[in-house]
Amino acid sequence: MRYSIFSLAKNAWSGHKNWKPAWREPEPKSSYDVVIVGGGGHGLSTAYYLAKEHGITNVAVLEKSWLGSGNIGRNTTIIRSNYMLPGNEPFYEKSLQLWEGLEQDFNFNAMISQRGIMNLYHSDAQRDGFARRGNAMRIHGVDAELLDREQVREMVPFLDFDNARFPIQGALIQRRGGTVRHDAVAWGFARGADSRGVDIIQNCEVQGIKIENGKVLGVETSRGSIGCNKLALCAAGNSSEVAAMAGMKLPLESHVLQAFVSEGLKPYIPNVVTFGAGHFYVSQSNKGGLVFGGDLDGYNSYARRGNLPTVEHVIEAGVSMIPGLSRIKVLRSWGGIMDMSMDGTPIIDKTHIPNMYLNCGWCYGGFKATPASGWCYAYTIANDRPHEFNSLMRLDRFRTGYTVDEKGAGAQPNLH
Amino acid sequence: MRIKCPYCGERPNEEFTCLGDASLKRPTSNEPDTMDEWFDYVYIRDNLKGRMHEHWHHSGGCRSWLVVDRDTETHEIFGVTTARDYNAKGKV
Repeated sequence: MRYSIFSLAKNAWSGHKNWKPAWREPEPKSSYDVVIVGGGGHGLSTAYYLAKEHGITNVAVLEKSWLGSGNIGRNTTIIRSNYMLPGNEPFYEKSLQLWEGLEQDFNFNAMISQRGIMNLYHSDAQRDGFARRGNAMRIHGVDAELLDREQVREMVPFLDFDNARFPIQGALIQRRGGTVRHDAVAWGFARGADSRGVDIIQNCEVQGIKIENGKVLGVETSRGSIGCNKLALCAAGNSSEVAAMAGMKLPLESHVLQAFVSEGLKPYIPNVVTFGAGHFYVSQSNKGGLVFGGDLDGYNSYARRGNLPTVEHVIEAGVSMIPGLSRIKVLRSWGGIMDMSMDGTPIIDKTHIPNMYLNCGWCYGGFKATPASGWCYAYTIANDRPHEFNSLMRLDRFRTGYTVDEKGAGAQPNLH
Repeated sequence: MRIKCPYCGERPNEEFTCLGDASLKRPTSNEPDTMDEWFDYVYIRDNLKGRMHEHWHHSGGCRSWLVVDRDTETHEIFGVTTARDYNAKGKV
């Protein structure tokens, strides 16, 4: 059924008791054309675009837990395309364009709100760096504006402009950036893929990959073995574990990243504000809670929970940027497992096994990439070659030296 | 997470800096045919889920390099030794 004002009215008459589930719960078939390992945002969007753009509908998405239990429900919901390097900017801009049409496309309300994202700068050098990034964005046809201190003050007057360590000089703003209701992204892609014939199989953990004569035959799962013509790995923080089943070692480390939400407040923060110098960024959800986060805890982890020193550091940074935050109560905190690639850029590529594909290395930036990641991965799987947008996100770039080091970041930035 | 430094006793983890997997061996040769070893050393990780030996630096304390035997799923710490002892004995 298509969701619309009419379906809403019709169901209101019957007390909203006759809504059908948004996707089926099928038993796994014995084999599929494509099996996607990982039913997170990227796995679901891959299935959706495989079906929609390439007509490949005999597809299974295998999720070891419940749908949306991983990072698609653990991020801070920000979308943006304010990157600089040629390997990144066209890809993230494609993603932002897909976000802009997504709700109409998959007929689901994802509450996409282009409220703008603002990166604060605090020195002449940082301003010059942001001006350079903004210019690079504009060369790629993407919106970017450099704001001075008074323009920032007009929008967000509650910041500490005269902070002794990081006085605010201005900001780079991308007005098309914003926030999304993240769970709805998983649900919308799941529903869109399911209605085109994709099987979404929850509580189905992949435990082994069957390889014969250098080709993947299928996977062993907690719900039996499933054959496939093509296998697409999309396991985010667990990518190293899954790839090890195919004898691969990846240039990844899994780290924990924490995020937080405060009690609900009246409208306070109108956009997304990032305070990179202090490792803090914040936006306000539609329910009123302030959603904020900082940087990695800084050690390998699969625990989905972090330690208190990082909590203290994030909140100190937040209060130094917005002194008024000191009175706000934090409601919840949580952790997600980040697949940190060594240069901070993702991998969407083929592998040495001809019918196996790899999507990983999203670091802490996977959410905004959800539609383009699935779109490019679906293209790569369907055509057996990368699209122009992911043509530099190669697995072998570390060996060849063509790294895409946007921020000189990654798991161990001191090494790369 | 609290780490028991052999010199300073049990200290909170904000005093320490983690450098990751201690099992990696830095190649000693600069010959071009050792590039694969260098590539593995710099970029490739086992990324273990479970017990792992890691380098930690007591940067906010005695500044010793330590090796910590830690579970990446639970953050439980099983043992700590100095990097020097670890290299001599090959275990924590």
